[in-house]
Parts: sequence; C-alpha cells; structure tokens
Amino acid sequence: MSNIPYAVEVEGLTRRFGEFTAVDHISFRIRSGEVFGFLGPNGAGKTTTIRMLCGILPPSEGTARILGVDVARSPDRVKQNIGYMSQRFSLYEDLTVQENLEFYAGIYRVPRRERGRRIRELIEMAGLVGREHELAGHLSGGVRQRLALGCAILHRPPILFLDEPTSGVDPTSRRRFWDLIYSFAAEGVTVMVTTHYMDEAERCHTVGLIHRGRLIALGAPDDLKTSQMRGQILEIDCEPAMEAIDVLMPLPEVQEVALYGLLLHVTVANAAQATAPIRSALSAAGITVRSIEPVPPTLEDVFISLVRPAPSS
Amino acid sequence: MIERKRKVAETTDRYAVQAQGLTRHFGDIIAVDGLDLQVPRGQIFGLVGPDGAGKTTTIRMLCAILPPTSGTARVAGYDIVREPGRVHEHVGYMSQRFTLYGDLTVEENIRFFADIFGVPARQREEQTAELLAFAGLEPFRHRRAEHLSGGMKQKLALACTLIHEPDVLMLDEPTTGVDPVARRDFWKILYTLLGRGVTILVSTPYMDEAERCNRVAFLSEGHLLATGTPDEMKRRLPWQVLLLRARPQEEARRIAQAIPGVVDVEIMGDALHLFVADAAAVLPALERALSGRGLEVRALRQITPSMEDVFMQLTREAERIL
Repeated sequence: MSNIPYAVEVEGLTRRFGEFTAVDHISFRIRSGEVFGFLGPNGAGKTTTIRMLCGILPPSEGTARILGVDVARSPDRVKQNIGYMSQRFSLYEDLTVQENLEFYAGIYRVPRRERGRRIRELIEMAGLVGREHELAGHLSGGVRQRLALGCAILHRPPILFLDEPTSGVDPTSRRRFWDLIYSFAAEGVTVMVTTHYMDEAERCHTVGLIHRGRLIALGAPDDLKTSQMRGQILEIDCEPAMEAIDVLMPLPEVQEVALYGLLLHVTVANAAQATAPIRSALSAAGITVRSIEPVPPTLEDVFISLVRPAPSS
Repeated sequence: MIERKRKVAETTDRYAVQAQGLTRHFGDIIAVDGLDLQVPRGQIFGLVGPDGAGKTTTIRMLCAILPPTSGTARVAGYDIVREPGRVHEHVGYMSQRFTLYGDLTVEENIRFFADIFGVPARQREEQTAELLAFAGLEPFRHRRAEHLSGGMKQKLALACTLIHEPDVLMLDEPTTGVDPVARRDFWKILYTLLGRGVTILVSTPYMDEAERCNRVAFLSEGHLLATGTPDEMKRRLPWQVLLLRARPQEEARRIAQAIPGVVDVEIMGDALHLFVADAAAVLPALERALSGRGLEVRALRQITPSMEDVFMQLTREAERIL
C-alpha cells in the first residue's frame, strides 16, 4: 500500500499529565502490513499512546510518524491515513446499521459516487447482510463491534488503530473479528491493536509490552517466549488445584503460580530440579497429582513474569 | 465479617438458586425463554453464551431487580417475585457497569454501600477494615476511586457487593476489560469466598474462567442449550480435538482443512485446534501432508477439548437449531 517500509515510527514518545508520566520515552516501529499487538496491564499507557499516534493528544516529548508524516506537526494529514476504533467507539444507537455507515461516510468525505458501493462492501465484509435496517442500539456486542470496525475503515485507511476491540465479546465473535483483521493485513493494511486476551496476542506478528509507561518487551511472540522468560514452566494437573496454589507459593523453587483453566503453570528456575520437591510437597499436603511436566511458556506466562511485581522478600 | 460464622437463610434448600420456566419479554423480544436452572449451594456456577443470549437479563431477574414475565425462581431460599426484599438482603450483585463514586475514596465508597444496606453502625468499622484487607485495597484506602486501575476498581466493586454478607453472589462479567494479572487476582478472591461457603453465579466471555466453574450453563437466544460440569460438557462433544502447532500457521491451517475427516480448524493462540471425527484416522494423513510441504511441526497430538472448543461447537449447533 505504500513504499515506506515502516508505517508507524515512534521515538522517545512521552506524555505527562501533571506530575504523572503516563507514557515514558517509548520507541518502536511497525512495518507496513504488520499486525502489532500492544499489551500491558490496565493503566499502563496503551490508550494514551494510541491517542498520541492518532493525533488526538499531543505528546509532551518525542515524535511519532505515520507513513513518514509527523503526527504533532500535521495531525490532519495523519487523520486521513488512519482508522481509529476506540474502547468506547461511538455508534449512533438510534440510527440503523446502514445509517451509521452513511453518517461516517459523510464525516470521512468518501466521494458520493463511491459511497453506496463501499457501504455495501463493508456490510458484506462485517457479516451484516440482512441487518442493514436494524437499529445499532439493538445489536449484540460482537455485531456492534464489527459495525464499528466497518465505520472506522470506510475511507480505506492504510493504518488501523484498534483499542481493545474485542473486550466483552464472546469467543466466536472474537474469532470472526480477528479473521477480519487478518484479511486487512493480507491486503497490506497495518494494524495496531490492544488486547487483554493473550490468545489474540499470540496471533500478532509483533507484540510490544508496556508497563508503567515504559516499553519493557518488544518482538515476535515466539522470540519473547525464549528471550524474556526468566524461568521454565511446569504444567501441573492436580486436585484440588486451588489448595495446591497455597502449598506451592511458599516453596523456595517456585517463582510464580498461575491457573490455566484448572491446570497450574508454575514458574521455576530449573524444571528438572524442581519437579521432585514440588511433587513431594503436594503429596505431603494430600493433593492428588495427575501429572507434572515441563511445557513451553505461553505469552501469558511471559506477560505475568514481566508484569508481576517481584515478591518483597 | 466473612470469617464469622455465616448466617445461612433459614432453609434447607440444597440449591442456592432454583429457577423454573423463567421468562422475560421486552416488547416483541423474548430475552429469556423458559429457563430452568439449579445452582447447588457453595458452588461456583458459570453462565456463558454468545452476546445477547440473555445472560444479563437472567442475572437481573435472579437478583430480583427485574421481574420475570412468567416463571419463578428461589434464590437463597426466597421467592424472587413474592419476596424481592429478602432476596436483596441475601444476594450481592455486581453489574457489568458497576457504579462506584469516582470522587469518593475507596473507604468512602465502602461506607456508602454500608449505609445503603443498613449495616449497623457498630459493625461498620470492623467490616470496612476487613473488606479492605480481603480485597488487597488497604494501601489505597484514601485514594479516590477514579484514580484506581481497572483491576482495583473491580476489586473495590466486589468489596462493596460483599458489605451486607450475602450468601449468594451474582457477578455479571466481572473481569471484562481487566488485564491477565488482575484477572487472576480477582479469581483468587472468588475462591476464598467459595471456601467460606458463598455461592457464586458468574457470567463470563473468558472460557478459561468457565473451565474453573463447578458447573456451567450455556445460553443462546434466551434458551438453555446445555448445562453440566465442564468435564460432562466436553464429553458430549461429537468430535475429538487435535492440537497442531506448526509454522507458518496459515499454511498449516489450509493443509489441515483439506484433509478428509477434518470437520473444522480453529485458531487458538499460537496453535490450531482441529475438530475430527476420528483422531486415529486423521493423524497419519495429516502428518504426511505437513511433512510433504516441509512445514515445521512443533506439536501434533490429540488433546482433551477445552471449554473454548465446547463453546465453538455449541454456538454452531445453536445457529442450526434456533
């Protein structure tokens, strides 16, 4: 879609609110056509960063360039090139699906003769055929989200910013939404997306993890699992799992215990050495151990190990 | 407060929640249609289903906030239609958009809810202190609620819900929009409450959370499509599930979809889940096809289905039936 290798270039981007530094000198680049997952705990600075990249919020320091254009200097030029779907995207609840799309086509100045065809295209893409005349206020969460996405891309922006687009959406709808994201990426659209779902993050080409305003990890999910994980993971299938957590936490071998469904992921320095003492501690506490085996870390393991404050010992 | 011996409602009901034919219309829309539901005392019960399935409407009826169009339910031993006041006394309800007062501090929010629920003045100080400690909010007691992170707001909302020592907790998507670490912390608190005998009904879009419930009910378009323990629901799946982790994933997906006997391929994070009628029959053909194209296969094996697999399957069935 463009000859510029990097669709987004961020250098030393910083935003302060009074005494508080929400975003603290972060730098990264996103290649054109890449799906970039932006992760971090609540309040880490994700939304503030995206708002700066969209030209909605001026940075206190540093620069962001979108397709080579400085956002702070030319916010209007940037806005033509981006689609932004915020956490609280505004659909007009008392307008129909069709009317919402027409409204946004007007705002984005989609040429009149193209409007009909473009809206038709988006209705098909978002799976909204047959629902054109339903009020947006009556749509379920997943369908609303797809309509909001449709509204954000009416003007065919080469770059999309999606801020928690699947929050509160059911698993099936979430999947359909991600299939859409990938179909855009295949057409060369660059996507930056925030999410709290680690299975979604696993699907991104690159992820950046922001914590307390700082970018603390950046890379492909597979690379982060090898470079950022400060230990090894033992997966334990035992009963009752909740009591096992209390038994495991105080053990010197154990750095972290996390529930995966009903399995436990235990972070240890050395899986081979830790297995025996863990097994005997669980048995001594009367916990039935079905299996203990080393497994490769998931992105969720990496996230937790980077974000969880070290226990104050 | 929670430590103290719980005053269980004067009843010997085995079930904390028992709904029969619970139905709610909004104009022409039937949001909940003839729902029968039983939640055993002291258990955690998950309510799952596609958006718009009627989960929130069900919870609001069970909390005696929204009257049913027909049908009835007993919650904590009381009839939601005839004794809504009693139900309110014994049920704690955390709505999706829980209301905290942003300009009040953490402690002031808890006190405010103590007032609303008429907690006697002499108990108030003690209970507030206990709840602050319980929810891990002690260090933030003087912080204004609007300055809390999402995870802490959720914990404060839960603490406010617990001020009147409810026997039954109804939580409507309490962890939506909460990061993975805060979500784990929240669930640890729920398990502590379970250990103290509280019954919990929780709706969630996270299938790893559904996995942790004693029982789960799957709703779709107002109907109860399936209920049981997570294990029972997995056993009822008409397919077996293969896990395939291969690079590049898109190509692996295309290859898998073309193998006879593969019903569906779903992306689950960095792996694919293949729904197959007969794993033993599919595996050799799949292995041949993958190695023939020179893909890097990191894992390929049959696995126990996850609740997410169950959800996919039930959603598909619902689209066919309803």
